[in-house]
Amino acid sequence: MFDTGSGNTVIKSKLISRRMFLLTISKAVVVVGVLGRLISLQINESSKYKTLSDKNRFREWKLAPERGVIKDYFNNEIASNKQVYQIHLIPENTQSIEEIFFRLKTILNISDKKIFSLKKKIAKQKPWEPIIISDNLNWSEFSRINLFLHELQGVEPIVSVARVYKDNSSAHVLGYVSQVSAKDLKNKKYLKEMSVPGMAVGKTGLERRLDEQIIGEVGFQRYEVNAFGKRIKQIKVDPGKAGRNFKTTLDLEVQKYVAEVLGDKAASVCVMDIYNGDIVSLVSSPSYDPNAFVHGVEQDYWNNLINNKRKPLTNKAVSGLYPPGSTIKTIVALSALENKIIRPLDTVRCKGKIELFGEKFHCWKKKGHGIMNMRNGIKRSCDVYFYEVARRLGVDRLSETAKKFGLGKKVLQDFFEERSGVVPNTTWKKKYIGQNWYLGETLHSGIGQGYFQSTPIQLCLMTAQIANGGFEIKPRILFDKTKNNLKDYLKFKNENPGEPLPTDLLVSNFDLKPLFKNQENIKIIKDAMYSSSNEPGGTSYRSRLEDKRFTFAGKTGSSQIRKFTEAQREAEVKQEQLKYENRDHALFIAFAPVSDPKYAISVIVEHGGTGSKAAAPIAKKVIKKVLERHSLRQSINNLPGDSI
Amino acid sequence: MFQPRSIQSSLSFRDKLFSLDYVLIVSILILGITSMFAMYSTDGGEFKYHTESHILRFFVFFFMFLILSFVQIRFWHDTSYLIYFAFLILLIGVKYFGLTSSGSQRWLNFYFMNLQPSELMKIGLILFLAKYYHRIPIESVNRLKFLFLPIFVLIFPVLLVVMQPDLGTSILIAAGGLVVAWLAGVRVKFFAYSILIFIALLPIAISFLKPYQKSRILTFLNPEKDPLGAGYQIIQSKIAIGSGGLFGKGFLNGSQSYLDYLPEKHTDFIFTLFSEEFGFAGSIFILLLYALIVSRIVRIGNMTRSNFGKLYCYSFATAFFIYVVVNMGMVLGLLPIVGSPLPIMSYGGSSMMAIMLGLGIAMSCKIYKDTPVN
Repeated sequence: MFDTGSGNTVIKSKLISRRMFLLTISKAVVVVGVLGRLISLQINESSKYKTLSDKNRFREWKLAPERGVIKDYFNNEIASNKQVYQIHLIPENTQSIEEIFFRLKTILNISDKKIFSLKKKIAKQKPWEPIIISDNLNWSEFSRINLFLHELQGVEPIVSVARVYKDNSSAHVLGYVSQVSAKDLKNKKYLKEMSVPGMAVGKTGLERRLDEQIIGEVGFQRYEVNAFGKRIKQIKVDPGKAGRNFKTTLDLEVQKYVAEVLGDKAASVCVMDIYNGDIVSLVSSPSYDPNAFVHGVEQDYWNNLINNKRKPLTNKAVSGLYPPGSTIKTIVALSALENKIIRPLDTVRCKGKIELFGEKFHCWKKKGHGIMNMRNGIKRSCDVYFYEVARRLGVDRLSETAKKFGLGKKVLQDFFEERSGVVPNTTWKKKYIGQNWYLGETLHSGIGQGYFQSTPIQLCLMTAQIANGGFEIKPRILFDKTKNNLKDYLKFKNENPGEPLPTDLLVSNFDLKPLFKNQENIKIIKDAMYSSSNEPGGTSYRSRLEDKRFTFAGKTGSSQIRKFTEAQREAEVKQEQLKYENRDHALFIAFAPVSDPKYAISVIVEHGGTGSKAAAPIAKKVIKKVLERHSLRQSINNLPGDSI
Repeated sequence: MFQPRSIQSSLSFRDKLFSLDYVLIVSILILGITSMFAMYSTDGGEFKYHTESHILRFFVFFFMFLILSFVQIRFWHDTSYLIYFAFLILLIGVKYFGLTSSGSQRWLNFYFMNLQPSELMKIGLILFLAKYYHRIPIESVNRLKFLFLPIFVLIFPVLLVVMQPDLGTSILIAAGGLVVAWLAGVRVKFFAYSILIFIALLPIAISFLKPYQKSRILTFLNPEKDPLGAGYQIIQSKIAIGSGGLFGKGFLNGSQSYLDYLPEKHTDFIFTLFSEEFGFAGSIFILLLYALIVSRIVRIGNMTRSNFGKLYCYSFATAFFIYVVVNMGMVLGLLPIVGSPLPIMSYGGSSMMAIMLGLGIAMSCKIYKDTPVN
């Protein structure tokens, strides 16, 4: 069986060699395969893998950039940055998270709740990403941490910068910043590349509007790290770029003064340059402390704010909606003149009320004003006169003029919280309410009630465009040095009083857009407003300023919250006797000085009662303050056309 | 059976010395030295434990290889069953006395080293089957009753190793055995049958696999599916090799291994490290060295007159080739990650010992190429 004859051996040896030959061929094939793979990886796709290798190798820690500063017109910083002391924790550098928190609790004042939420956050993020334990320590806490630092492995004391607001008067305009939320990340594309722990984003106001430019560019520290995330060496540092600084048209001094005058009333004031639309002051009251949001708002403070009936978080100047009340009478009269419905001296008899289809329409003065023409109608704010004018005018023509002068649309592009209000007309009602327009509603519209809704800033713009002679202006809150056509035009006119150039030619040469058909009509309205504030019997006569430098022309208004019952009317119930929530809103619009108008103002006091008692006195103080600062304002930025 | 043969004594020591294959010896030495540099790099450019112990092992076993070269080919032939059984006993011993590390029981603790008998079994099985097929007549090779013993000696150690569990080594052991059977002339149809049976038994085998082994196979099919989990090794290895480019990142500059992205860089992924630092040029250099070693062993097989020697040399050369190709295929992402060291390059005493033993036997075939074995 185990016979191994030499013949057999040779045959076997040949068989082995033959089979080995086949094996060798297959080996060659395999070698070609391996070689091909090597060529593909190391030559063809090498650059791809080099990138991947670098991605492995380098890890970047982002650095939060310094936020840009917001200044007022006089270059005072109204939103700036301050140094803050923080402690960060890099979880993977600690030996035990539990132990670290236990130690920190003995050194700092950290609640168990906060520790719980921090731990939850740590579990969610990568172990090398720093987490902020506390972002605003005081000096004594910070120095205590530094003292115990040798026992706190993984804890890093950091000196950083954070937003600080000098005072609360501009809180609504500026808004506030706070920690990035998940919603922010979803909605704001520019934040995608900038997820830096501790970075604050603008949540409301200008901080939100300017966020993308003011936030700055994120810097980074690039380290070479090993597979376990340990930093081996620093490769590159880019400190990032601080955000852009912005200058506004606001006057911090005036802002503060207005806030002081308003106190804790639910009110708002808006002051505008009538030639270039610069907003000098925009205050909403009561205010809040925007600094409270920067490091995360405390629950108690937050609850206080949202439960306060005077709504301190709302920017009433741009998002408060009020019926314009009697302030609309300026536009009703103007519209009637422009449409040649009535002549200035045409009269209407006011007996205290009129009746239309069985419905009674009351004048605010029960006894009636007697015979009224346009000037007196505005001066004494006679409702019956305007019922009649509105009836003849019709709501559609009224709404056209109102819209032209700035009602019913947003005034600024800067506030996402701004609202556009309502200027009603027949098609509007059909579309949004689905009913036909009634004549009675035209009468309500004629005195600024009913469906009319406007914001304080719209009323201010309306006043400014009347005051400047009826030209369109574009309000702005961000300082803009570019030339202002309107100022050039007026300057030219001032310098060439003898030249009787037709207005049309000037307008087309200076690219101005008049809002009037006949400028005389504007003059009539301005004169009526003058009488309302400066002649006995005028609704705001008691708040007049007699000094020629400050004399203003205005129009009061009060917008009804709830309709007076017949009983209340008979009893001649005064506003002060009503419950706070049921009192009328008090409104006042004005421009000043009368001789050479420069600024327009709107004041609204929620539930203030009447415009003459609650709103006009505030306007009086503010107008004086603004005009006193006028020459200073003129001198500061050397604008073209400043001489007018 | 143990009768002295005149031809044995006719070779003087000088003759033996001259008939050594110096090309093979030098290739092994160059490969060994290269591996020392690679090992030095895995230690981060310092002489640390791995480097020192690798250098020591290489030289000890290289010396052993030279000594073993002078052992008569007849000795290997006569004791091959014995050697197989000795290794088998060690392998059984592992099951009862073995050390367990990272979930598998593979090692026996001897005073001077932890021995991994499965590595030695790679050589033991080839030796056993080479003798077996050398002895049975060619007509009997494909007779069923002569197939039982080879199947048994192949399956028994393979199952022992699979149960450790060590899928990689068991496959390599089986591969070596199958190569001998193929060379001895076992018909293709028997291989086909066994493949069919294997496929039929595969579902049962898979049910015995550990979860990590299953995931390795799944991962191989789609490594990007779970880049931080099981696919991590393949992806990182491909990144390392690919980023090496044409000439590499330079000695001690392989960022992937230096920064610990490479797993198992001392052992299974040593080629990756070398390839990252020395690029395509370095890879080709290693590939050529291995090709040279394999072809020299085949050449010895061509020169040897005994069928035992031929079978052994061809089988060992092919097995050696398979070890290299499986390891490279694995790190290049062509094959699933099954633990298999790169001969001589990889850190690991047992593997080094087994390879040097195999080379020693091959070299003795060279010296005693004209000596009949029985």
